[in-house]
This record gives sequence, C-alpha cells and structure tokens, in this order.
Amino acid sequence: MAVSINVKVNGEAHQGSVESNQLLVYYIRESLGLTGTHIGCDTSSCGACTVLVNGKAVKSCTMLAAQADGTDITTIEGLADGNGLHPVQDAFWEKHGLQCGFCTPGMIITAVDLLDRNPDPSEHEIREALEGNLCRCTGYQNIVKAVQYAAQKIKC
Amino acid sequence: MIPAAFDYQRASSVDEAVTLLAESGGDAKILAGGHSLIPTLKLRLARPETLIDIGRIDELKGISEDGDTIVIGALTTHDDVASSDVVQAKAPNLAAAAAAIGDLQVRNCGTIGGALVHADPAADYPAAILADEAEIVVQGPNGSRTVPAADFFLDIFVTAVQEDELLTAVRIPARAPGTGSVYLKFPNPASGYAVVGCAANVTMDGGKCANVRVAFNGVSGVAFRDADVEDAITGTSGDEAAIVAAAECAGNGQDCMSDTFASAEFRAHLAKVYAKRALTAAVKAAS
Repeated sequence: MAVSINVKVNGEAHQGSVESNQLLVYYIRESLGLTGTHIGCDTSSCGACTVLVNGKAVKSCTMLAAQADGTDITTIEGLADGNGLHPVQDAFWEKHGLQCGFCTPGMIITAVDLLDRNPDPSEHEIREALEGNLCRCTGYQNIVKAVQYAAQKIKC
Repeated sequence: MIPAAFDYQRASSVDEAVTLLAESGGDAKILAGGHSLIPTLKLRLARPETLIDIGRIDELKGISEDGDTIVIGALTTHDDVASSDVVQAKAPNLAAAAAAIGDLQVRNCGTIGGALVHADPAADYPAAILADEAEIVVQGPNGSRTVPAADFFLDIFVTAVQEDELLTAVRIPARAPGTGSVYLKFPNPASGYAVVGCAANVTMDGGKCANVRVAFNGVSGVAFRDADVEDAITGTSGDEAAIVAAAECAGNGQDCMSDTFASAEFRAHLAKVYAKRALTAAVKAAS
C-alpha cells in the first residue's frame, strides 16, 4: 500500500510516496540517497541508523517512513554548516573517536541529542546516553573523550 | 528485515481509532511508538493485515494530575515518563522503571501504553504498575472502562485489553506521605531487558512497615504481586533481619522462566536478592 508523505530532511522538503512497510532508514538511504545513515544490526540494538526526528535521536530501522510524515529529520549529512564541521563531528576528528567509522554517524547523532538536553554531562552520563550505540573497534574511550571535548567546545 | 505488507491507516482521534479497530474485524494492530511492534513485524512474528497509527493523537500524549492521581496518556514516551518532575516526585518507582527501559533512542520513541499492551514478561513497567495499584483506562466500542493493574496482565504478551479496545491512559493513585518507592532491576547484559525487576512501595507508619506492595517482572511469564513478601515484612520495623526474612519468601510458587542467560534457579535466586535490595531501599526512602 502506497502512503504519501511530506518530510523535511536536513532542511530540504521532500514529498514522496512510500510503501506502508518501508522503514525510515531505507527511505533515507535508498529514496533520498543519504547513505551516511548506516544499517548495522537492523534490530534496534546497534544505533548505526540513528537520526534526529524533530530533534530527538531515533533508530530509523525501527520507524516506518509513513510514521515520519510531517517530521523534521536531521541525518549526519545535515549537521555540518557548509564546510564547517558540527562541534561533535569536529570533536570525533580531534579525539580520534572512530576507527572504521561505521558506527560514527549514529554515535554523533546520539551525542547531539545528549548535549542538547544535557550540555555538561558527566562521563557516566555520556556512557549511559551512548548505551544504544555499539562500536566494535575503539572500545569507547575516545568516543567518550570526543563527547566531553564537544561539550567544552559548545560551551565556549 | 522488512515487515510483511500491510494496510496503513492513521487515526486522528481515539474514537476514530476505535472505529477503525471495529471495522478491521480483529486483523488490525495499533501502532503507537512501534518499538515493540515493528521488531515483531520485522521478525514476522506478527503479520497483521492493517496497522492503525495512533501516533498523532494529541489527546493521548502527556502527563497531568487529576486531584492526587497522576494521569499518563498512552502515547507518553518512556523518556517523558522518566524525566517528568511529577512522576519523579510522586511515583519514583515508575520513573525509575521508565529510565531503565532500552536506551535513549528507544525511550525517545517507545510509549507507556504500547509497552503495557505488549506485556513482554521482561518489560520494566509491569512491576511498578502493580506495586502502584495503577488503573489502566481502555476504550472500546461500548465506551471507556478501567482495569485495575492486578487484573491487567493475564499471560505472556496477553492483557485484559480486548481486540476492539485501545489503551488510552494509566492512572497512578497518590501514595501516603512517608512512602518509599523504588524499582530495581538486574538487566540482561546484552539486551537490557529485565532478567528480574522488583518494585517495592513501603509506608513507615509509627516505625512499622505498612501498605507494603512488592511486585516483580522478568521472573515468570506474567508480572505479579508477591503477597508472601508483603505479609512477611508488614508490621515489622523494616530492619535488616526482617528484610532478609521477608526476601527469602520472594518468588515462592512461581513458575520461573529459563533461557540461555538465566536458568529458572538463577531467576528464583535473583528474585530474593532483588526483594532484599528493593525493600532496603524503599524502607530507607520512607524513613
């Protein structure tokens, strides 16, 4: 069954027709071509597919595209301001918060939600907030440092 | 993984959702936050012909107070329950249960109504809902009715909500002053689901434990109040010896679940451990 949707993705309005059973992550990757949002586990465990829906971090493998009708979505591609990286992106660069980079878009998007609601999180709060994002390379140390660094940069 | 095809309908009011449910003849499922239903559809454990999306019904969202009773709309997310000042102050065990669910992204989407009707035996709300003696409000073709928490959870994934009914709200009655109220869980280290979760409400009245309500989820297929523990601690001073003795009764007679992570024996043991911890914390909070 086709469902008509209107969404704003990274500031750009999109009107489209989606199958009722299409998941938001497939709409973002395949219909819009925004492949920065990754599909990892496809079971709402790993967080690689995390995007902001109306400002909140959401696992887009566990939301129907039809449910997103009328929402404002931000993917990893929408964070940078022109050539200037978002402070969280910059922090992952500076603090080497990634190795293979597969989990990074989801990590960064979740960290953006965390810092939006808690601009000065403790290390424990950062680890708690990122519990829905799995990294199989770095062991999280530098990811946590990157979020701490981003928090400092945003405050300045 | 892609869910099997279904018709998608969007309800703009509770009445419309109830009408659409009735028209579906039992082949529809209600879609709220989708964080229990969509994984179920992806695994093809459920293949409804129709999904009725209630996600935009504003009347089902939010937390309010009706006199001393907290009223939580069915579509209120776990994050909103966990971070609500009212819930934290007046039903701290429910706030703790909401905060213990999944992860930040799941709590941003998942709803209290959806979690309750899904009735996963390892979910976190049921113990708190039972200990709080909450009331579940459901609406069907013949109007609205209220189900006491004690009559709500019937079996694994089965509740008192009928096929033609919609859960609309949860009502949490006020507790007496001087009541300690906690929810503690042993999470599965991989999934985060409760291997055992224990909610305890204790009111200290003249130095004695009164109005004790202890409930578990994760232990057996259905969340339950543990009358043996409640009776054992009631009337005592709530000192360590009394708590240890009461906790020893936890889970008696229950058909404990067993899986690759935790055997039935381990769950039975954890029930006693968490009864002790929850009672200790509740007595301390009440004092």
